[in-house]
Amino acid sequence: MAEFKEISPDAPLGQKALNWVDNRFPLSKLFNEHMAEYYAPKNFNWWYIFGSLALLVLVIQIVTGIFLVMHYKPDANLAFASVEYIMRDVPWGWLIRYMHSTGASAFFIVVYLHMYRGLIYGSYRKPRELVWVFGCAIFLVLMAEAFMGYLLPWGQMSYWGAQVIVNLFSAIPFVGPDLALLIRGDFVVGDATLNRFFSFHVIAVPLVLLGLVVAHIIALHEVGSNNPDGVEIKGPGAPRDAQGHPVDGIPFHPYYSVHDIFGVSLFLMVFSAIVFFAPEFGGYFLEFNNFIPADPLVTPLHIAPVWYFTPFYSMLRAITSEMMYALIACVLLGALLGVAKAKLSLVMKGAVVGGAVVLVALMMAIDAKFWGVVAMGGAVIILFFLPWLDNSPVKSIRYRPNWNKWLYAVFVINFLILGYLGVLPPSPVGERVSQVGTLFYFGFFLLMPWWSRLGEFKPVPSRINFKPH
Amino acid sequence: MKKILLGFALALGLSASALAAGGFGVPIEKAPNRTNDVAALQNGAKIFVNYCLSCHSAAFMRYNRLRDIGLTDKQIAENLTFATDKIGDTMKASIDPRQAKEWFGANPPDLTVIARSRSGAGYSGADYLYTLLRSYYRDETKPTGWNNLVFPNIGMPHPLWELQGERKPIMEKVTSHGHEVDVLKGWEQGKAGTLSAAEYDQNVGDLVAYLQWMGEPAQNTRVRLGVWVMLFLALFTVVAWRLNASFWKDVK
Repeated sequence: MAEFKEISPDAPLGQKALNWVDNRFPLSKLFNEHMAEYYAPKNFNWWYIFGSLALLVLVIQIVTGIFLVMHYKPDANLAFASVEYIMRDVPWGWLIRYMHSTGASAFFIVVYLHMYRGLIYGSYRKPRELVWVFGCAIFLVLMAEAFMGYLLPWGQMSYWGAQVIVNLFSAIPFVGPDLALLIRGDFVVGDATLNRFFSFHVIAVPLVLLGLVVAHIIALHEVGSNNPDGVEIKGPGAPRDAQGHPVDGIPFHPYYSVHDIFGVSLFLMVFSAIVFFAPEFGGYFLEFNNFIPADPLVTPLHIAPVWYFTPFYSMLRAITSEMMYALIACVLLGALLGVAKAKLSLVMKGAVVGGAVVLVALMMAIDAKFWGVVAMGGAVIILFFLPWLDNSPVKSIRYRPNWNKWLYAVFVINFLILGYLGVLPPSPVGERVSQVGTLFYFGFFLLMPWWSRLGEFKPVPSRINFKPH
Repeated sequence: MKKILLGFALALGLSASALAAGGFGVPIEKAPNRTNDVAALQNGAKIFVNYCLSCHSAAFMRYNRLRDIGLTDKQIAENLTFATDKIGDTMKASIDPRQAKEWFGANPPDLTVIARSRSGAGYSGADYLYTLLRSYYRDETKPTGWNNLVFPNIGMPHPLWELQGERKPIMEKVTSHGHEVDVLKGWEQGKAGTLSAAEYDQNVGDLVAYLQWMGEPAQNTRVRLGVWVMLFLALFTVVAWRLNASFWKDVK
């Protein structure tokens, strides 16, 4: 227990109150550790705003969500009407609802940018592996949260999107159909599904999400932030001032809090422009079909998930029975390379060959639809392993070989193309492109242990680059 | 690298043009923008109540919301509601859904948010409705005697036929990309309606404006408020920018 601090009876009331609290709860201590004496590198650039923005959007979603739940009815007969009731009869209901629907898309925009920042500056590298892993878990849980929330307006796209995605689970061998039934609570998406998705969306998943966000931040503040140079400012050799604070760091509060206020105001400009002037965002944030009440008897011609899922949806659709031959060839090639090139013991080589044979047998035996689901899930799961896939001797893209920048650019373009194709109805050309894109996406990560070591690395400075403003 | 990018670009172009080909029988025309025009909205509301509401509900729209387009409760109650409706009721059609299904092959859809749900790539729901209501033609092979270029084999007979009269499209065969396609060259007026062609378009424009407004009655409030929000945020951003600069100017 900390020492009980006495304070002069003449001290101002505010100080006395704070002292009273501090003797009972580490208020000042927490504030100092995480804000006023949390030293962050001085050289953050604009990429570093998206973490704070993600937190802001989380708060927007929770607050607007609380108000929406006050008026929304999770009942298949009433849900659609209750959303229109919110839009029309609830004072400021339209604003709350548009903030929530725009917030969902905004969440994914800032999270994608936040993750990309981590990718290019190597923020997932030692000792920040757990920061990254918690972050990936947040992304995964966020996807579940968005998916379940999307059912609630009970429009045609809500309904059929949920139907398609839940049906994917039935592709899993043996347990699939029962699992899909368990998720839906019925043989088709219906009232039971709506009720359980509502329950998950408003309490179960947000609780997990909040817990993970706290873990993400605690882990981050334990190891300290990375920076665009990928140089440790609190490492053993890093210069420190007389008080022992890192010279290349600066207290988060007030320096980065004012920074973030500026960033937040810019973000709110964009966010408000969408909420007030284009809340449907051309059918991407609120899909046109979702203004038709859910009808189990009428299947829309074209069912597409909301834009933030479409890159992964593209990968799902890319895995056709034809594509399986390409994937089998990849597995065999990988095993061959492993046996011929890697320095492995004879037993390990045997295991590689055996594993490859079993995998190929399964790939031929089980329907391509299942492997599509594996690809879609795997595309997210593979992110968790990034810290152990990257063998580059430097963290930041700034000191990596120049061609890495091109590679990352192609990775982004590829991801955007996959996203675009996922919005479109299936087409033969689109299918081929998405298959190439899927192979590139997985190749990028699975071959990273090899390519991340290649090329000429630039010398990493011992201190960060910081130009005073 | 460039070749790969070019390949992607080509593939995208191809799939995009393949998508554009699957359109409607006629090009979708732009609907006039009148959601801020109170007189047009009132006329649209009148046409809506007289010609649409007998079969189509607007079950999420309350009569008294029409105050927003400049009508008084008295005007609404006397001119626009059915005898049994109260001013706070929602707009319910009097048709029996089972009979409707029997007569038209489908239940007439609710029209509250029809202008929002019928949007598509490159056109708004209002554009779609505006073109739809001006593309009806006489077709004796259909059970209702009516057909539509935008929505072939539509279940709904021409709701505004009294106003527009009877028309027939003049189609011309044109060869494009090696296929013979029918292209609309113009319209031939048969039995005249009570309105001239220009007056009819004017009234359909008003009706569509009303449908668009009804889809989101708060839409104009939203835009007006948005301007103030943006002005405030612009000011706030300047303050935040200078605050940030003043804190960071001494950081070496």
